[in-house]
Amino acid sequence: MIGLTDFSARLGGREVLAGVTFAPVAGTFTALCGPNGAGKTTLLRALAGLLPATPRPDPRHVAYLPQGARSAWGLTVRQVAALGRIPHADTNPAAIDRALAACALTDLADRRVDQISGGQARRAMLARVLASEPRVLLLDEPVADLDPAAAHDMMLLLRAIATQGGTIVAVLHALDLAAAYADRLVVLQAGRIVADGKPPHALPAAAAAFGMTLQHPSVPLLRPRSKD
Amino acid sequence: MVHHRRRATFPLSARAKVFCFFFSKNKALFFEKRKQKTFAPGNPVPYALLLLLAAASLLLGAAGVGIPDPAIFWQLRIPRTLLALLVGAGLGLGGAVLQGVLRNPLADPGVLGIGGCAALGAVAVFYWGLSVAFPPALPLGGFAGAAAGCALLLLVFRRAQSGPGLILAGVAVSALAAALLSLALSAAPNPFALYEITFWLMGSLEDRTLLHLALAAPPILLGCALLLRLSPGLDALSLGEETAASLGVPVGATLARAVLGVALAVGAGAAVAGGIGFVGLIVPNLLRPVVGERPGALLFPSMLAGAALLLIADIAARAAGLWLPLAAEPRLGVLTALIGAPFLVSAARRAAA
Repeated sequence: MIGLTDFSARLGGREVLAGVTFAPVAGTFTALCGPNGAGKTTLLRALAGLLPATPRPDPRHVAYLPQGARSAWGLTVRQVAALGRIPHADTNPAAIDRALAACALTDLADRRVDQISGGQARRAMLARVLASEPRVLLLDEPVADLDPAAAHDMMLLLRAIATQGGTIVAVLHALDLAAAYADRLVVLQAGRIVADGKPPHALPAAAAAFGMTLQHPSVPLLRPRSKD
Repeated sequence: MVHHRRRATFPLSARAKVFCFFFSKNKALFFEKRKQKTFAPGNPVPYALLLLLAAASLLLGAAGVGIPDPAIFWQLRIPRTLLALLVGAGLGLGGAVLQGVLRNPLADPGVLGIGGCAALGAVAVFYWGLSVAFPPALPLGGFAGAAAGCALLLLVFRRAQSGPGLILAGVAVSALAAALLSLALSAAPNPFALYEITFWLMGSLEDRTLLHLALAAPPILLGCALLLRLSPGLDALSLGEETAASLGVPVGATLARAVLGVALAVGAGAAVAGGIGFVGLIVPNLLRPVVGERPGALLFPSMLAGAALLLIADIAARAAGLWLPLAAEPRLGVLTALIGAPFLVSAARRAAA
């Protein structure tokens, strides 16, 4: 399992992370929250071993989805998902089919990712992550620029993956989504973890990190659509 | 045209099909079933077409149409045909790899400046008149230039191992080569050298011998072997360098191998054939609607199609020299540019749409 102990990182002379200790708990969904520039992406990249000083975890077990990932070419959805098999050096069609089915993309498998909606393209990127059959999923803003319904669909999917034993660490800006779906809320501010706990406990600190206060002590929520 | 997964199939007449093909936005749909088969390495059709073109190339030359006497056949036609195949294969494959590595459909081996360095080496040979005293000096000079350019490129590239770093290194190398080339041209010792240099820069396969072939074949084959193995790395890079790194692909090493492979495959070609542009740019773009856009799947077909395109251009050059009232054969680089320029215009229009 991956984790960081008293980890600090500098980017361009600025200290982005200052003595952060963090390890995801297996089988849980952790949301990383905090204002822009708090060090969320750097923390995720450190976990993925993409910073110069960090050890690179086994790519078969740890998958990373960068912020705003998109394909440079008009690959089909299936071809994008198949990229997840590169660490395994195989083309396991069963794993790819499972990943596509989990992301509700089976019917779109032969469409080009640049010719489907933004929400579907984002799901295709997640299918690429799932096709690796990783133990840990590191996702940087998986619901950014998705409409509310698509964002809820994505969160439901992540929730289901965690329930089935997957370990998820996701950077989320939408506190309501994080509170509704995550098991654990980690709040970063100026390179330090200022709160870490179950969403009801960590939510006030998360709001404070954004310079906001909660109107209601209970979680203010958009409820997900009922799935029929 | 909307792409449904299960399309209703209507019985269409052949004419209607042709009509639909020309007026459809997404031409890939029409190749969907065939493309898997056509470009699978086991399918004999592309090889048969290449053999046919090679045969046509062997039967055509300044001595007329038909089988020439053995001396011409072995000393001129065989080297010329094989060189067209090899140089074209290197250019097509090099273009496909660079477009994949840089994630840009307008990338071309020319952006690395290796061709410019080969030209510089050849020009240096002209400049000092070595090619008159010792004819093999010309390809050797081009070769030395390409090798020096490749070394310089790798040296600059080592500082910043990313796509933009590669473009920057290529621009620096080609600017340097162009500046030194201009210097050599402006200070050319006699008008004859100037004339020779200008002609050489246009690219040709005229009067190439077995020596040229022996010189160019090993590096081109080695470069192609190196480039063909980059396929999974290029696929991973289509989602960006960060994703590729997280998939366990060594991004810096992949880029360095691409630079080295392109330098070998394209530099050796430029050293014997001169400046031939546009092949590496056009070939992958022509194949994308047919083969699909996965960069790794484009490599092998681009190699074959590059060889075919240069063979066709060379046959056209010889046919024009034979049957058109021209003082000399049209240069190969001129022909490929004539094909390439309209293609660039159409690509730009498609990109703007």
